Amino acid sequence: MTSWAGNRAIQRGGRTLPALAALAVVAVLAVFPLAVTNATVTTIAVDTLVFAAAAVAWNIFSGYCGYISLGHAVFFGTGAYTIGIAARAWHLNGDPVFALLPLAGGVAAAVSVPLGLIALRVRRHTFVVITIAFFFIAQLAATNLSWTGGSSGILAPSPNWAATTFNDPFYYVGLALLVATTAASWLIRGSRFGLQLRAIRDDEDRAAGLGVRTMPVKLAAFVISAIVTGMAGGLWFYFIGQAIPQFAFDPLFDLSVVVMAFFGGLGTISGPLLGALIIEPAQQWLTLQYTNEYLSEILLGALFLAVILGLPRGVIPTAGEKITALRARRGRVPAREAVTQAGQAGQAAP
Amino acid sequence: MTALLRAEGVAKAFGGVQALQDCTVEVEQGAIAGLIGPNGSGKTTLFNIMTGYERVDAGDVYLGGRKITNQRPQRVFALGIGRTFQLTRIFPRLTVLENMLIATQHGVGRARNPLARAGGRAERRRALEMLEFSGIADHAGALADTLSYGQRKLLELSYVLVADPAIVLLDEPAGGVNPSLIQHLAGRIRELNAAGTTFLIVEHNMDFVMGLCGHVTVLDYGTVVAAGPPGIIRSDPRVLDAYLGVTEEDGDAATR
Repeated sequence: MTSWAGNRAIQRGGRTLPALAALAVVAVLAVFPLAVTNATVTTIAVDTLVFAAAAVAWNIFSGYCGYISLGHAVFFGTGAYTIGIAARAWHLNGDPVFALLPLAGGVAAAVSVPLGLIALRVRRHTFVVITIAFFFIAQLAATNLSWTGGSSGILAPSPNWAATTFNDPFYYVGLALLVATTAASWLIRGSRFGLQLRAIRDDEDRAAGLGVRTMPVKLAAFVISAIVTGMAGGLWFYFIGQAIPQFAFDPLFDLSVVVMAFFGGLGTISGPLLGALIIEPAQQWLTLQYTNEYLSEILLGALFLAVILGLPRGVIPTAGEKITALRARRGRVPAREAVTQAGQAGQAAP
Repeated sequence: MTALLRAEGVAKAFGGVQALQDCTVEVEQGAIAGLIGPNGSGKTTLFNIMTGYERVDAGDVYLGGRKITNQRPQRVFALGIGRTFQLTRIFPRLTVLENMLIATQHGVGRARNPLARAGGRAERRRALEMLEFSGIADHAGALADTLSYGQRKLLELSYVLVADPAIVLLDEPAGGVNPSLIQHLAGRIRELNAAGTTFLIVEHNMDFVMGLCGHVTVLDYGTVVAAGPPGIIRSDPRVLDAYLGVTEEDGDAATR
């Protein structure tokens, strides 16, 4: 427990440091393709950026307001198919395809509104089950509709870029998406809207009784999250070159994103980012290394168990606590003062 | 004086249990009113109906002459009815100050930039003043989860009050709270009442109710069995019946 003044100081100190850290990370990521030209590595890097953006976006909804969605693959796949169908219809290739990404986000948003209006009427396990049901409906629809290409899926345009720098456009678009999403997550968390989301996470009915219009707030977060996930799906599709229903609408997508967010810290800004930056490359590397894709899946499951059992709150919150405890032990927060304050408060309100 | 809050002929059943039946309760503007009755007599159900957490089967609720029957909780709060819960409900993973800011953002105005930083300077100042008033300002930066039970009660009361509601419904404010804090609480309620806030209080602690309230309504089996000043209620045979019919302890309290 810290005093109000002390807390303000911590907040001020806690603003510059993350900002500098974020700048450093962005700088490193920006020059990364210049330093590393190995196509295997940059391929993993693009994939990681896509998943990091998706994890941060998932966290804006599920992490902040506590509704665990296992149906975000619907938006990921919607984004993929949107790009595929639009690029084919308008005969686009090369850089202009990237200009379709906002469309992918828009279509995902349009899909998310009715889904949100239905699913957000219920809570907890029921909500989770409904989102899973949406996911299967979407996969079945993609397999069976004529204009989605059925089970053979849809091909992406293949740009004729030079092989040595082929991954770079995808990388930078992915980085831009990730930076924008993380900035949005940061902005939302500190905002009025973000406070309302976190209040809903803690006690939705109580929040309603304090004037929070819960449905519009939840729905807004759901839609924002869907927009980014749709754009990430569109980028992933263009990069991979093909979308078939079971990979565009992949249950492992949801599982991965959830593990990333839980691993790093649900509801934190940097947690899902950290989770994605560690887990996705590890998974890709394992798949390449052992050419057995099931190994990485088994390990993902094992990691999920380990995180839930051992680090239920994630790396970032746990590390934060450890640092605070260390500081207190070193005397940054004078222990005696804290005790006196607690004592005074105890007298006023035992 | 007209009633600020009035529930008129309210009925509510949960399956086969008739929780409220033709129940009419009025609270005068500027009053500290009490609502008592044995366990299961419908007090909390009436609170839930007045604040939009339950829908009525029949009857109406009026706030200052305006019909607010079956409005949703967020709307009821915006119209000026604040409430606390019997089992204290706070937001444990938000700081104490953040708890306060949830309510302030609605009392002040509505159509504002949702992406603006939570809590402007004025809102923060008001929130801190209110915490100062309830005596938990030292904990403003702490997670609400770290508060003691009594402090949580004070926090819940504070964040309801910070939006400056016309009337506050308190559901067992003194339940499970030590005597010195009960005195502290009663003092705060009197002070706020003098400043213009109306209160309706559900409470089992008879000394607290009788000492604080100018008007007491007694519920039993979902209907009003008596209403009037505490002096009269204390000796009303119907009230004694209602309480003695349930437990001896409650009966003792009513006759005290």
